[in-house]
Amino acid sequence: MFKFLKRLRDKDADAQSEVAEIDTGRKDSGPTEGSEPELLAVELPKRSLGSGIRSLFSDSMSIDELEDVLILADFGVETAAEITAELRREANKQGATTDPELRLLLKDLLSKRLGRNDSALNLDDGKLPYVILVVGVNGAGKTTTIGKLARWLKDGDWEVVLGAADTYRAAAVDQLETWAKRADCLIVKPAKEGADPASVAYQAVEMAISTEADIAIIDTAGRLQNKKDLMDELGKIRRAIEKQVKISEVLLVIDATNGQNAMSQVRAFTEVAAVTGIVMTKLDGTAKGGILYALQKELDLPIKLVGVGEQINDFAFFSPEEFAKGLVAKK
Amino acid sequence: MFGNLSDRLSDTFKNLRGKGRLSASDIDATLRDIRRALLEADVALEVVKDFIASIRERALGDEVSKALNPAQQVVQIVNDELTMILGKENKRIQFAKSPPTVIMLAGLQGSGKTTLAGKLAKWLKEQNQTPILVAADLQRPNAVTQLQVLGEKVGVPVFAPELGNGVGNPIKVAKDAIAHAKKAQFSVVIVDTAGRLGVDEEMMSQAIGIRDAVNPDEILFVVDSMLGQDAVNVAKAFKDGVGVTGIVLTKLDGDSRGGAALSVANITGAPILFSSTGEGLDAFEPFYPERMASRILDMGDVVSLIEQAQKSFDEEESKILADKIANEQFTLQDFLEQMQQLRKMGSMKSLLGMLPGAGKMKQQLENFDESEIARTEAIIFSMTPLERNGPKVLNGSRRQRIAKGSGTSVTEVNQLVNRFEQAAKVMKTMSKGGIPNIPGTNPVAMGGAVGGGYIGGKKSSKKKKGSKSGNPAKRAAENQGLSVSQPQESKPGSAFGVQN
Repeated sequence: MFKFLKRLRDKDADAQSEVAEIDTGRKDSGPTEGSEPELLAVELPKRSLGSGIRSLFSDSMSIDELEDVLILADFGVETAAEITAELRREANKQGATTDPELRLLLKDLLSKRLGRNDSALNLDDGKLPYVILVVGVNGAGKTTTIGKLARWLKDGDWEVVLGAADTYRAAAVDQLETWAKRADCLIVKPAKEGADPASVAYQAVEMAISTEADIAIIDTAGRLQNKKDLMDELGKIRRAIEKQVKISEVLLVIDATNGQNAMSQVRAFTEVAAVTGIVMTKLDGTAKGGILYALQKELDLPIKLVGVGEQINDFAFFSPEEFAKGLVAKK
Repeated sequence: MFGNLSDRLSDTFKNLRGKGRLSASDIDATLRDIRRALLEADVALEVVKDFIASIRERALGDEVSKALNPAQQVVQIVNDELTMILGKENKRIQFAKSPPTVIMLAGLQGSGKTTLAGKLAKWLKEQNQTPILVAADLQRPNAVTQLQVLGEKVGVPVFAPELGNGVGNPIKVAKDAIAHAKKAQFSVVIVDTAGRLGVDEEMMSQAIGIRDAVNPDEILFVVDSMLGQDAVNVAKAFKDGVGVTGIVLTKLDGDSRGGAALSVANITGAPILFSSTGEGLDAFEPFYPERMASRILDMGDVVSLIEQAQKSFDEEESKILADKIANEQFTLQDFLEQMQQLRKMGSMKSLLGMLPGAGKMKQQLENFDESEIARTEAIIFSMTPLERNGPKVLNGSRRQRIAKGSGTSVTEVNQLVNRFEQAAKVMKTMSKGGIPNIPGTNPVAMGGAVGGGYIGGKKSSKKKKGSKSGNPAKRAAENQGLSVSQPQESKPGSAFGVQN
């Protein structure tokens, strides 16, 4: 499973012996200076995709219909055609004809396409606090994702500070505050509505440093990727944070029900906000999120998390294998 | 990688345009392109299939082969079919015979219901209705607070007996709201509900419960215009579940182009009533199907543009400005104010995007730097009132001081002054009813015409000769050649600082 490094606190003294074995071999990446905080390697509770993904096929699978099936799952015309051709080629080569054979072949093919299996968050360079910046279009599910993530980290006994830098949408701050309560973590709020989001982000990181928290997660206002001014604002937020610490992760939240426009979202946000990973939300519905395959092909960004519901535990780390399995499953 | 639907279709039609007669294989090739374009624009596959089939049928029929210009005819058929799906005329909200009219909002999570509730309330208030908002989303954390904030902003009361966050019964809230609205004599009740997935049976039956409790006159299905293929499942689920009497498209100010509109309208058979085009509470307008169809066909959205301009430009100010232009008293101060007005209309890019042929200007649009406006502002702000009112006094040392004050260079100051003089010239010509022909400027594309031209024309349009339309922006558009058959390689002009 994933290994992370966090600050060693007094209250962790007991826990330390339990995780001591995981700690071995991490010394090289740990701090050497006496002034640096002592770090502890931890294993966070695991979440898995489970039965969150619905199968592409309601019936038996046929190559002739595959292209349409993939299009229906938002793979996009081009990627759908490619995958279909590839499957046909492989099936001919291997002599696969039966439904189970074809499903297995497709699963391998899909899983290979999302080959990057690095869904672990980059929380192990030992330079605390780690900062996670969360960005995306309006209504993608940023605030909910943050709530879930905060709770999960908290369950792993990490100290988390949330920064409510969505100073624009009505009551966005209150919404995050509710999540902060549910996850039992600190929240830094703007002094007034419409306050400068960059300064809220700055203060949140400042708070994380002064309270010796392990992680700061910064929520931002939803913005459509073609709004230049709003996109520029993201750059400003980034710079404000990086005056103090390096940003560990910039997570772009994408709504699975969005279609091909997700491509444009990823392109624009990557350019402005230096996205390091994708979070795909709302996969508990009928949307299949096939756009991920097209995204990966063009941009090679790791898919980190998926959201599969509104409850605080409804998320999972992405696994290409599990995802592909879910898509081809015989229900 | 993908252009938008507009771009693709105009490419497709370019190939057709040159032909005198279309063969069956021409049509099939074209239809393949259209199919692909529609799919890339997120129109749902089953809708695309039906669409293509009916176009093919009509295109292969007598209609085309006998037509004088078959390519034009195919355009017409595509346009007709698009309009058919999107609805023939712009539909209005059904008001109840005896108030209150009850409007229930439903949709997926994050589609924009709560924001829309605020916009709708504001709009209804402007129509002299007395709306009340009902906070029946007790699911999402602080959805109730959000509605209360919006209610306060637009000056509409909010019925919110429960704080939400998972507590309270939305059906009861909705029921009580109706009783309250009747007693307090509100004319319209807008019920905000929690976002729900089509497959979530529990939540869908809750929605049905709310519906049965309030007996709505309209059930508005709020749809994110970025919605992909799942639109079909979602639309079916809502139609068969809570029911849909009308559709609202949100986030249309993004760069996705309405594929979901086609899908959802086709599946539900309900009219699209409104579109939501920004985060401001004014960014809300009735949906015009024919405009959407021509938007998809890259014929531009001139009508929308003009209306938007009319809303933003203060009438009084416009009149004063028109006089000034006519009397050659147009100053840098006016130039600045006008620019700020333009800004009020929304982002320059989205404004430009509505213009005919804008698909062709895409490259220039991408390059258009909105911060140019901010720089222009800075320069003018660094001038004294004397200088603003008469740029003729601007000598070398004054220009140097302004450059210093605004953090720009003398060259930039010079450029601005030149642009201003050009713009003033454009507007003067426009106010006299002519179409200026200044190299490097495009009267349609830039503020010179959208702002000044409109204003100038308003005063004098009827008297002028040679103009097809009283509205200069429209007139200019006509002269630009609005139809698909005469594409313009237009460039945004430089009147307001666009440099190519």
